[in-house]
Amino acid sequence: MSATVLPPQPSIEMAPDSAIGRLKYLMASNAILRATVLCLGFIWVLAVARVLADAPDMTSGPTFIAAVGATSPILLAGLAAMYSERVGVVNIGLEGMMVLGTWFAGWAGWQYGPWAALIGGAFGGSLGGLLHALATVTFGVDQVVSGIAINLIAPGVTRFLSSEVFVGNGDGTITQSPTMADSIGRFTMPFTSGGNFFGWHTPNPLGWISEQRWFFISDTAGFLVGFTTDMAYTTMLALLLVPASVYVLWHMRFGLRLRSIGEKPSAADSLGVAVYKMKYIGVTISGALCGLGGAWLVLDVRAYNQDQVAGRGFQGLAATIFGNWRPVGILTGSGLFAYSQALTQRLGTNPVRALFLVAFFAFLVLAINALRRHRFPSAATLAIVAAGALLYFTSTTKIDSRIVFITPYVVTLVVLTFSSQRLRPPAAEGKPWRKGETG
Amino acid sequence: MSEQALVPHLAIELRDIVKRFPGVVANDGVNLAVRPGTIHAIVGENGAGKSTLMKTLYGAHQPDEGTILIDGNPTRFKSPRDAISAGIGMVFQHFMLADNLTVWENVVLGDEPGSRWQLDIKKARSEIREVSRTYGLPVDPDELVAELGVGEKQRVEIIKVLLRGARIIILDEPTAVLVPQEVSELFASLRDLVANGATVLFISHKLDEVLTIADDITVIRAGRTVAAVKPAEVNARQLAELMVGSELPSPETRESTVTNVVALDVSGLTVLDDDRPVVKDVSLTVHRGEILGIAGVEGNGQTELLQAILGVRHPSSGRITLEGEDVTGLSTRHRRNAGVGYIPQDRQHDGLILDAPLWENVVLGHQTSPAFTKGPWIDKARARKRTSAVVEEFDVRTPGIDVAALALSGGNQQKLIVGREMMADPKVLIAAQPTRGIDVGAQAAIWESLREARRLGLAVLLVSADLEELIGLSDRLVVILRGQLVAELDPATVTPSDLGSYMTGATTAGEAA
Amino acid sequence: MKRIRYAVAAPVIAVVISLLVAGIALAVSGHNPIDAFQAMGSYLKTADSVVAVINRAVPYYVMGLAVAIGFKMNLFNIGVDGQYRLAALLAAAAGAAVSFPPIIHIAFVIAVAMMVGASWAAIPGVLKVVRGVNEVVSTIMLNFIATGITAFLLANYLRDNSVKLVAQTKPLPESAWMPSLNTPLGWFGINLPKDTVLNGFLIIAIATGILIYLLIYRTRFGFDLRTSGRNPSAALSSGVNPKAMIMKTIMLSGAIAGLAGMAPLLGDYHQYGDTFPTALGFTGISVALLGRNHPAGIAVAAIVWAAIERGGQNLNSVGVPQEIAKIMQGTLLLSAVIAFEVVRRARLRAEVHDAAVKAHPRSSDPGEPLPALAGGGLV
Repeated sequence: MSATVLPPQPSIEMAPDSAIGRLKYLMASNAILRATVLCLGFIWVLAVARVLADAPDMTSGPTFIAAVGATSPILLAGLAAMYSERVGVVNIGLEGMMVLGTWFAGWAGWQYGPWAALIGGAFGGSLGGLLHALATVTFGVDQVVSGIAINLIAPGVTRFLSSEVFVGNGDGTITQSPTMADSIGRFTMPFTSGGNFFGWHTPNPLGWISEQRWFFISDTAGFLVGFTTDMAYTTMLALLLVPASVYVLWHMRFGLRLRSIGEKPSAADSLGVAVYKMKYIGVTISGALCGLGGAWLVLDVRAYNQDQVAGRGFQGLAATIFGNWRPVGILTGSGLFAYSQALTQRLGTNPVRALFLVAFFAFLVLAINALRRHRFPSAATLAIVAAGALLYFTSTTKIDSRIVFITPYVVTLVVLTFSSQRLRPPAAEGKPWRKGETG
Repeated sequence: MSEQALVPHLAIELRDIVKRFPGVVANDGVNLAVRPGTIHAIVGENGAGKSTLMKTLYGAHQPDEGTILIDGNPTRFKSPRDAISAGIGMVFQHFMLADNLTVWENVVLGDEPGSRWQLDIKKARSEIREVSRTYGLPVDPDELVAELGVGEKQRVEIIKVLLRGARIIILDEPTAVLVPQEVSELFASLRDLVANGATVLFISHKLDEVLTIADDITVIRAGRTVAAVKPAEVNARQLAELMVGSELPSPETRESTVTNVVALDVSGLTVLDDDRPVVKDVSLTVHRGEILGIAGVEGNGQTELLQAILGVRHPSSGRITLEGEDVTGLSTRHRRNAGVGYIPQDRQHDGLILDAPLWENVVLGHQTSPAFTKGPWIDKARARKRTSAVVEEFDVRTPGIDVAALALSGGNQQKLIVGREMMADPKVLIAAQPTRGIDVGAQAAIWESLREARRLGLAVLLVSADLEELIGLSDRLVVILRGQLVAELDPATVTPSDLGSYMTGATTAGEAA
Repeated sequence: MKRIRYAVAAPVIAVVISLLVAGIALAVSGHNPIDAFQAMGSYLKTADSVVAVINRAVPYYVMGLAVAIGFKMNLFNIGVDGQYRLAALLAAAAGAAVSFPPIIHIAFVIAVAMMVGASWAAIPGVLKVVRGVNEVVSTIMLNFIATGITAFLLANYLRDNSVKLVAQTKPLPESAWMPSLNTPLGWFGINLPKDTVLNGFLIIAIATGILIYLLIYRTRFGFDLRTSGRNPSAALSSGVNPKAMIMKTIMLSGAIAGLAGMAPLLGDYHQYGDTFPTALGFTGISVALLGRNHPAGIAVAAIVWAAIERGGQNLNSVGVPQEIAKIMQGTLLLSAVIAFEVVRRARLRAEVHDAAVKAHPRSSDPGEPLPALAGGGLV
C-alpha cells in the first residue's frame, strides 16, 4: 500500500535513463518544476491521509485559505531572520521586533488607516533592528544576548506606550489599540475562484471541484483555492517578497554584497565593501520585515493586541533554519507550520489526528531513505517514530486541544532534528567581526 | 613605454614610513623603491613588520609618519578602495574568499558589472574568462570556491586583482601553501604579468624562491629596511643573515639519546573525514629520547594524524599504544594524564584561552593533574606558582601572571605553551609547528628546550613546515603524502631539496633506504 | 585599583543610562521624572517593601544561577522557563500525594523538581549532542511544548477535582511548607511587621549561590566548563569531552531551574495552578545577563530587578504609569550588556598595551591581529 502513495523522492537513486531518473534530472535543473513536483507529492500524501482518516477538512479550500494567511507572519519573520543571518548576525530578537511592529502598526492603523499600519509596522520593527545592530555590530555584544534583551524590552515598551497613547481612546486599553475603522482589502481570482471581474461575479470552478471529494483532484483544487481566494493584500505582499528576495539576493549587486558579509566579511572588506554599513542595513531590513509581520497580525484583527505575536518570531527563526537560509525554503517551512496551525485552530482535533498519519508516511520515507544510505541507527529510530505515529493514529479518536497546541513546535523540533546536518548556515554567522581581522 | 623613458619615476616609493600600534612600533622608518615592470621581493622574518607595511600600502590603515608615492605622486589611501582605484591590488596570504560563493561572485564582489542595481552575471563570467585566458590562469567561473584547491584559489585571487585593473600587485607569502609544482606555475604567471606591464611586490621569507624570481630585494628587520640588494649580489645565507641581523642559529641536535624503549606506537591507523580517508594505514614508533620528524606539505593528513593520537579525532581502524598501554579507545583526558604533551599548530585556536589570565592558561590541558588539583578543586596557589616558574624559565615577557593571554605577543604566547607542556613532565610530546611565527630568540630557546627534554628521555613527534628545523632536530624523519607515510629518511644525510621531492611525491619510497 | 575601576564602571554607566532613558520617556509623556523616581525610592524604604523585594528576588536569583551555568559555557539554555514550570507542576503534585516528616518532605519535593528540570533539559542536550541541533532554537520550541504539556497534565491528571473554578493541584501538606524566617530574625531582635513573611527559601538560595560559585570558579569541573565556554577547541585538546560537558551543564542548569520554582511553591503558593508565577525563566535570563553570570553579580541584579518592580507599584500614586518600571528594566539590561562589552574591551586593550610595552619597548609587528579587539573602532 505504502509503495503506491510515496511521493517522488529526489534522493532515490535510479539509472538516469529511467523515468524517475529523468524526472530527477529535470527537477535538479529546474527550480519551478521541482517546487511543483514537491507540492503535488505533499498534496498526494494529504489526500491519502484525508481519505484514510475521513477528515475532509484536511484539504478543503477554507483550510488552505487559513493556512496561506497564517503563513504570512511566519514567512515575514523567517525572511527577516534570513536577511539578518545573511549578514552574519543571529537574530533571536525577531519576536520582540514583531511586538514593536504590532504596536506601531496598531497606532498608525488607528490614526491613518490600514495601509499606514503597514508602514508603521515596518518602522516599529526597524527600530528594533537598529537597536540590535547597534548592540551587536557597533558594540560587539553577543548576538544571542542582544536578541534576548530585545525580546524582553519590547513588551515593556509597548505596554508603556499603550498606557500613554491607547488608554481612554475608543476601545483602546493598556493591552489593545482602538480598533481601526477600515480593514485591508482582499482579493479573489476571477474565473478560477469566483472573484469579481469588472463587477461581474465570475463562476468558481476551483471551489466546486474542491468540494467533490475526488481523490487528489479535489485536494489539489483545495490547495489552489487557498492561493486564489479571499487573500488579504498583506498576504499577497508577504508571498511576493519571496521571489523579490530571490531577485535581491542573487541578481542584484546589493544582494551579492549582503551575502558576502555573512560568508566572509574580511573578503568583502578587502574589496572595499562597507561591512558595518551592510550589516546595519541587513539587520534593519530584518527588523522592518518583522514589523511587517506584526502589521499583518494587526490588520488581521484590525487592532494591536498585547500578546498577538505569540511565538511567531521564533517559528520564523525555525522556518529559516528549516529553509536553509533560502527564501523558497523559508516559504516551505512557514507554510508547514501555518498548515498545522490552521488545522488546529480552525478545525479541531480530527484533522490533527490525521496529521499523525502524515507523520507516519513522512517518517517511513525518511526511514527508507536512511536504509538506502546504510545509516542503520537513523533508519531504526525513524522506523520506530513512524510506528509510534501509526499506533497513535489507530488507537486515538480524540486529541486533547493542549496537545494540538504543541503540534507545530513538535514538528519544528522533529524537522530540526532530522535536517540540521544537511543545513549550511552562512559561514560567518554569529561571529562578531572587527575591521582589520583576517578571519 | 616612451613616457617612462622620459620620466624615470618609480612605481612605488615609500619614504620613512612609521606605523605604531599601542605600545609597539611596527614600522619604524621603512624606505622602499620599486621600479615599474619588475618583481620586487620584500624579505624579513615573521614579525619584522612586512604585513604592517603591506597593509599600509593597501590602505587597510594609515601610516603615522612618512610618505607614499605612487608613480611619483604623493598619495594617501583612506581605505583599500582608494588603493584599488590607484591600481594597487593585494593577494593575501590567507585567502580572502567566501567558500559558499562561486568563483565569479568572489571575483566581482565590490566592483560588480551591470547597471546600478542589477548584476550582469553573463558579463561577469565573460570578463573572468577573458582575464583567465589572457594571463593563463585557468578557472571555472561557476565553480563553488569551497571546491577549489589551493592553487586554484590563488588564481582566483590574482584574477580578482587583475580584473580591477591593478598594475601593482602585492602578493603576501604566496608560496606558503603551494606545492613546488604550483610554485613554478605561479612564477610563470608572475613573469607573464610583468611582461604585460605590471609591477609585482612579492613578500616572502623563503629565500631560495626570492632569489629565483625577484629583480630587486629589500630586506626588512625589526620594523626597518636594512638593505636593498639584487639577487645576483647575494646568496641565501647572506640574505638570511641580513634578515636576522646576526649569525644564524642552527637547530642541530647533538649526540643521539635514542633509547630502545617505545614510548608511542601507532599501528595501522586510518582516519576518515566524511568517509574519505585522510590518514591511511599509518604506522610509526617513537622511542624515549627520540625526536621523530614528520615532513609533509600542509594538508596531507598531519593534522588529523596528530588529532587521532591526541584522541580528539577517532580513527576508523588502527591502534595507538602509549608506554605500553593501548589507548585507542580512551579519552583525550586519559591520554593527557598518561603523559601526552601537546603544542598545537594553531596556538590561539587550540592552545590558549585568550581572555583568561596566564595562570589559567598554564592549567589548561593539565586541569586534572595532581600538580594543580586537590581532589575536585583547582589549587590556584600552586597553579600560580607554576605559572611564575614557566614565565621565569621560558622567558615569557609579561607584566604579570594575571594578564590575559591575548595581551602577549605571538612568540611569548608560544613560549608560554611550550613552557606549560615541558614543565608538566610529558612522556610523549606532540609538537606541531612549535616555532612558527615567532622571533629568532624564542625559536632558539624552544629548540634548546626540546633538545633538553629529549636528553632526559622525552619522546617527541615533531611536525614542521620548516625543513631546516625538521632535519636539524629529528633523529628520524618520515614523510607523509596524501595521508600515507611514503618514506623514512635519515636526517643526517638528507637535504632540504631531497626532502621536498619526497614531500611532493616527485621521489618515491622505493628509492629510500 | 584598576580592576575595581573597570568592574564598577559598567554597572554605573548602565544605571545612569537606564535612569536617563526612563526620565526622558517620562518627561516626553508629560510626567515629572524626579517625582516618579522619588515615589519609587521612598516606597522601597519601608520594611515590608524590603521583605517583598527579597522575596521577589529569591526565585529570580536562583533562576539567574540556572541560566548563568549554561551561559558560562556559551550554552544558551533559553528553556529554563519550560523546565521550571514542568518541574513545579510535577513536584507540587508529587509532594501533595505523599506524606513525610517536615524537612524530608521539603527535600523530597525539591528533589523531584530538580530531577524533572534536569530531565526536561536533557532533551535539548541530547538533540545538540547527537544531532547538532542548536540549543537556542530547540529550547525555545520546548518552552512552548512544556506550556502545552503542563496545561494538559494539569487539566487531565493532576488537577484537584474538589476545586471547580480554577485548575490547580492539591495543596501541599504543611510538612512541605518552607518555614518563614520571621522567627529566626526575631532572635536577632529584628521583628518584621505583621503580615510580612520573609520566605525561608532565601537560605537555600544563598547556599545555592555559594555552591555554584565554588563549582564554577574553584573546581576542575568549573574549569572545564569555563574553558568550554571561552574556547571550545582548546577545551577539546585539553581533554574536555564536549558532549559530556554539554549534557552535564544543561542538566545542571535544568535542575537549578527546577529548584527556582520551589521558592514560590514551598514558601508561598503551596500548590501549582493558573496563578503560579509565569515567565520566571525570562526574568532569570535578564538577571543572569545583568549580573554577568557571576553568583555575586546575579544577587545584586536580582535585588535591583525586584526593587524596580516593587518601586514601580507606587508609581500610580503620583499618576505615572507603572509600565515605566519595565522600560527601566529593559534599558538597564541592554545598556548593561553593552557597557560590559565596552568595558571588557577597554580592559583587554589596556592589558595588551601594558604587555606590549613590557615585552618590546619598541620594534616589531604585534604579530597576529588580536582577536576580539583587533582594529578597535571603539577607541
